[in-house]
Amino acid sequence: MSDATHALALEHPTSTGIDTRKLAIWTFIGSECLFFASLISTYLVFRGKVIQHGVGPFPHDPWTSPTGQHFDPILEIKLVTVGTALLLFSSLFVVIALNGAQRNRRGQFLSFLGLTIMCGIFFVGMQVYEFTHFVHEGLKLQTNLFGASFFTLTGFHGTHVTIGVIWLITMFILGVRGKVPPGKALNLELAALYWHFVDVVWIVIFPVVYLMK
Amino acid sequence: MATTVIDHAPARAHAAKTGIWSWITTVDHKRIGILYGATAFGFFLMGGIEALLLRIQLGRPDNTFLSPETYNQLFTMHGTTMIFLAVMPLSAMFFNFFIPLLIGARDVAFPRLNAFSYWVFLLGGLFLNSGFLFGAAPNDGWFGYANLTSNQYSPGLNVDFWMIGLQILGIASLAAGVNFFVTVINLRAPGMKLMRMPVFVWMSFITQVLILLAFPVITVALILVMFDRFFGTHFYIPSAGGDPLLWQHLFWIFGHPEVYILILPSFGIVSEILPVFSRKPLFGYAAMVFSGIFIAFLSFGVWSHHMFATGMGPIADTAFSLTTMLIAIPTGVKIFNWIGTMWGGSIQAKTPMYFCVGFIAMFIIGGLSGVMHASPPADLQQTDTYFVVAHFHYVLFGGSIFALTGGAYYWWPKMFGRMLSEKLGKVHFWLMLIGFNLTFFPMHFVGLLGMPRRVYTYPAGLGFDIYNQIETAGAFFLLVAFLVFLWNIYVTWRKPADAPADPWNGATLEWAIPSPPPEFNFAEIPTVRSRDPLWETKRQHGGRLPEPARVSGAGIHMPNPSFWPVLAAAGVTAVFVSLMLLPKLGPAGVVVAVLFLFFSVFKWAFEPA
Repeated sequence: MSDATHALALEHPTSTGIDTRKLAIWTFIGSECLFFASLISTYLVFRGKVIQHGVGPFPHDPWTSPTGQHFDPILEIKLVTVGTALLLFSSLFVVIALNGAQRNRRGQFLSFLGLTIMCGIFFVGMQVYEFTHFVHEGLKLQTNLFGASFFTLTGFHGTHVTIGVIWLITMFILGVRGKVPPGKALNLELAALYWHFVDVVWIVIFPVVYLMK
Repeated sequence: MATTVIDHAPARAHAAKTGIWSWITTVDHKRIGILYGATAFGFFLMGGIEALLLRIQLGRPDNTFLSPETYNQLFTMHGTTMIFLAVMPLSAMFFNFFIPLLIGARDVAFPRLNAFSYWVFLLGGLFLNSGFLFGAAPNDGWFGYANLTSNQYSPGLNVDFWMIGLQILGIASLAAGVNFFVTVINLRAPGMKLMRMPVFVWMSFITQVLILLAFPVITVALILVMFDRFFGTHFYIPSAGGDPLLWQHLFWIFGHPEVYILILPSFGIVSEILPVFSRKPLFGYAAMVFSGIFIAFLSFGVWSHHMFATGMGPIADTAFSLTTMLIAIPTGVKIFNWIGTMWGGSIQAKTPMYFCVGFIAMFIIGGLSGVMHASPPADLQQTDTYFVVAHFHYVLFGGSIFALTGGAYYWWPKMFGRMLSEKLGKVHFWLMLIGFNLTFFPMHFVGLLGMPRRVYTYPAGLGFDIYNQIETAGAFFLLVAFLVFLWNIYVTWRKPADAPADPWNGATLEWAIPSPPPEFNFAEIPTVRSRDPLWETKRQHGGRLPEPARVSGAGIHMPNPSFWPVLAAAGVTAVFVSLMLLPKLGPAGVVVAVLFLFFSVFKWAFEPA
């Protein structure tokens, strides 16, 4: 993290042998698990109830409005599957980037970090496209319980991805400036841990929202 | 282990130690603790005045001292203030000042994050109370049941102040949760194994785990309310398929661990004071630790005992009834261990001890009424009556406040270099004990007679009158008790700061260093060989230790003060406030606030050491 945190964290050997900042990221991740668990539970609570209350569009079922307008199931699983695959691969890429940083292989570090960032940007872009497409199709946050719970859950996840992308871009810029030598590879590892978490959350969200009918 | 060599920026020329700026930019855990304590005490007095106003209104049937609307705002703010702005930050005062000292560390793991937590707390507390300025203080209870909190039934700004204020405060608690969790795990002195830590550290550590797991749930619950109110969703709106009970589940999944967050630190404080004033080690250390862990674990399994009247059905009712009765067991273990600590000890009749013995007695009473709530059929009569009000005041006031007050008397010399007056302390104790029982004991009876809670008045002739009169008189007794405490603080402040390092013959590390401690805490990090390290040292030394010398601490690198935590706290607050100002400023306001927050965070992250 910063020089100042770094300084104090290194003052004494730690009681566990784990770097204090790494422990902090894991602790934060543990807490965030409950945050997403609550959002996912909310989504699940409303999953069956959407149809009962009449107003579409719906995620997996077609719907005809009272005025006769027909809506297909609104989820575009193919596109999101591509985004999911890229997000999963980005976790691999960031591990390779970290390996490069730790072994002083600048090319490997920067190129794979760049790939990670591009995958992240694609994922966020896919979500922005998906959201605007849904609104265009008539599904807004307020339209029905699916809209409310879907946009809230995936929106908060997307926000977390965006923050992760900003963090990784920061690490990339630092890397280009030569400020991430092997001794400071931990700074990238912290970002990578957060990135893996964001990925794992999506691994739960994707089946629950897109695959389960 | 992180072992690289780094280039320190040269330590800044000796930063000013006095003056407002040094307090605003402090990252010293001891100063932050004092900031928490002073702010929390101020909010505690506010909450007390709110209570006094409530009691005046309830002193007579059909009273018109307060309008129903004002009454609703006052009882909501009384509860919200006492829980989030008084008890939690008073505990935080002790976490901050004493966890590093008790584990033999120089500071917490992330000193600037620590400062950030305090400033977010202050801003959140001010924001929550700013509703009063608009005549729109929160008014739907501290528990904000849906869909009373919807736009349809609560169209004003009151609920907005409440949910935004709580979100801001949640950030403070979560940041501190990460900080103290990591501090206890990773910054212990050599030899301070987990099962050698003082029980206060254990209970505080468990409290941080509860905070980390429970606060995200209320964060989501509040996000859903905010979306319903600001963006037109229907999470809690029944007519559109939403579920008001979802709010209750989410809220109480947070809310029940929250009450253990409120009491566990107090359990820890009592576990520190009783051994010292019984001149005997704590009875059953391992049982105390494991019962605390068990309570925390179980606390996530009892939440629907707050919902026995919502028609969940016999299976849910039974399950939660069982788990609720179960959680009484580890609590009982603690009570017996405290008694066992005092049994056969050489009891020192000093003010901290008085408050701890009072705590045990009052907490037992509160626990008994609590266990009565655990039975759903009994609870159907008790719920929403003053019987519940009696229960939780016995555990939160008779429990937490008594213990925190005892802790204040115990640790005052270490924090401020002065001993509070024993004479005034005992007057304070007796007035508080009598006043407290006068105020809250009659509530058991009037509750069972059917007086409902959260209602601004009651008609004459129902048999409630005499109880309410006694309760109101008791509330004024409590006022006098606190005035005595304030007087004690004032006359003590006028005394010179010459308290000894170890006035009580303490067992733990904080008493080995001067009162108040130097910035770096320990001249040399101690090596710990016992659960009562100072008693161990004194035994080897053959008696009390000489007064520790004040050394300069040259060569000990302490973190520099920083302004970025303050700015980042302002940024967090600005982001949340901008959400409330969406109708006026639109998304642009949120964008500006977010950019401001990002700016502060980046400056913080790249601050030179």
